Amino acid sequence: MKKNTRKNIMTLIALVLFIGFLTIADRIFDSYQMRIINLAGIYVTLGLGLNLINGFTGLFSLGHAGFMAVGAYTSAILTMSPELKQMNFFLKPIVPMFANVEWPFFPALIMAGVMAAIAGALIGAPVLRLNDDYLAIATLGFGEIIRIIFTNTQTLTNGALGLKGLPNFTNVYWSWGTAVIMVIVMVLLIKSSYGRAFKAIRENEIAAEAMGVSLFKHKMMSFVLGSFMAGVGGALLGHLMGTIDPLMFRFLMTFNIVLIVVLGGIGSITGTVISAVVVTVMLEVLRFLDGSMDFGFIQIEGIPGMRMVVFSALLMIVILFYQRGLMGTNEFRWEWVTNPKETIATAWKNRKA
Amino acid sequence: MSIQTFMQHMVNGISLGSLYALLAIGYTMVYGILRLINFAHGDIFMIGTYIAFYAMTAFFLPWWAAFALALVLTAIFGILVERLAYRPLRNSPRISIMISAIGASFLIENLGIVVFGGRPKAFPIAPVFAKIFNFGGVTMVSVQLIIPVVTLVFLAMLVYIVNHTKTGMAMRAVSKDYEAARLMGIDVDVIITFTFGIGSLLAALGGVLWGLKYPQLIPLMGMMPGLKCFIAAVVGGIGSIKGAVVGGFILGLGEILIVALLPSLTGFRDAFAFVLLIVILLVKPSGLMGKTTTEKV
Repeated sequence: MKKNTRKNIMTLIALVLFIGFLTIADRIFDSYQMRIINLAGIYVTLGLGLNLINGFTGLFSLGHAGFMAVGAYTSAILTMSPELKQMNFFLKPIVPMFANVEWPFFPALIMAGVMAAIAGALIGAPVLRLNDDYLAIATLGFGEIIRIIFTNTQTLTNGALGLKGLPNFTNVYWSWGTAVIMVIVMVLLIKSSYGRAFKAIRENEIAAEAMGVSLFKHKMMSFVLGSFMAGVGGALLGHLMGTIDPLMFRFLMTFNIVLIVVLGGIGSITGTVISAVVVTVMLEVLRFLDGSMDFGFIQIEGIPGMRMVVFSALLMIVILFYQRGLMGTNEFRWEWVTNPKETIATAWKNRKA
Repeated sequence: MSIQTFMQHMVNGISLGSLYALLAIGYTMVYGILRLINFAHGDIFMIGTYIAFYAMTAFFLPWWAAFALALVLTAIFGILVERLAYRPLRNSPRISIMISAIGASFLIENLGIVVFGGRPKAFPIAPVFAKIFNFGGVTMVSVQLIIPVVTLVFLAMLVYIVNHTKTGMAMRAVSKDYEAARLMGIDVDVIITFTFGIGSLLAALGGVLWGLKYPQLIPLMGMMPGLKCFIAAVVGGIGSIKGAVVGGFILGLGEILIVALLPSLTGFRDAFAFVLLIVILLVKPSGLMGKTTTEKV
């Protein structure tokens, strides 16, 4: 009991320090750096959503980008001012139902998550009966269908033109606030009986069912919650970028998030958080690969697209040689800080297992 | 719609369906043997088209030599992909192999962008393929006739190999029961290599024919056809070559006819395949010609 109190206090202190860091960062970093920090927070949310579905429940879903699109468009349509909508929808006017809607950010964000969750429920109900390969291809298919529908509903989403001038609501408090809440929700969820049921399904569906775990109910729950997180993440992303269009939510977007989940360790919250930050920062840092380099004495012509080659190669290397990813299924524990010697010793002893 | 227009659409649909069938066979064969969705198959198809393109434009080979070279090199490329990306993971969980397949696909696409450049390239078309015929009001370019004929010839060859040769028998054995086949003295690795070789060769064939029909090459050109042809394989019944052909034709004809009969749905053309997939998975998950399997505990 006493030990737990100490841990809780340490968590609280860490949280306060983190908020302090964000406040200071908000003051001293320029807008480009802040954008990366925001992006990292959003990717934490998105990565956790996919990790819940793929990592903890073992359902290989590839439709994340579709749910993000639902969230992003929902929140965009709800928050844009009527004048802005008129400016955007110059080909055909928006459906009158949404023409004069202007919600504040918070309810729109929740609504974005809810709409994505509804989409997740509608898609999950038929699809979650399928097993792994088929599930992957069916969710991928649905993700594409959502994108194609959004490209063609001119009066609701402005079609291929996309929406421009979204209010820039997303700041560090929104992006990282959401990320922190999602981390807490995930930790509590995974520790609960639901979390144990998810893991049981991941390890062995038939055994889980024999032990009385309702497969459909738990799969559905994980899928819907993951979709909710994708929707919220998508909405935050939209309000960070300022513009959204259907092409943003191609399979490539899902690939980025799969990359984060795999690098961090499939089934580890800590891993996802770390790798979301690392991948986001690296995606920006490695931009120099696309441009030309000048070392003073030698000049290397930049090759556009090199950055993504590095990332796909990285994914291949991790999956081929180090499938556990960064963390495997381990989570951060305060013992790592309070008793580092023993932690390293145990890790060393268990390195083969 | 007049009968001429309808026939015109049928001709288009059949040549598109043939291309889909060629690609779908590769998926169905690999899935039959390894239970793996070879996400990189669409990109192997892209590589085949680019090899033919460079053989013709940079090395000035005649079209037939370029096409032959493309088939051979692409088969080797497919075998390499299997060696590097799939073989090391053969005993790993399914999810790892699938991620590896997706990773391989993205790696090839991005390497394609770096090596070939992102700008579209125009596939050179030999005059033989561009002759225009007119059958009672139905206009045809010779390539539209050549595609189904070539497809049928290669299919006949494939069916012969699978049903009447020793290697084919081994392939069927491996797809029926991997472990038992190994115990019977079949070198499973050789068979898998062979399967990838044939699948990639057919993908390259599909690629060069695709280039003749839609002569705009980009490194991402394999993505959509790749996904759709996997769907074609699922619709036909995965693991069955006949099924893949049937699925390919259903998809090709369906896409063309949807645009022809319901022009208002033109924008949803790409969604047709996915809707078809969902419907077939819900109604008959084993596909039109697949066998139903029961899961053993």
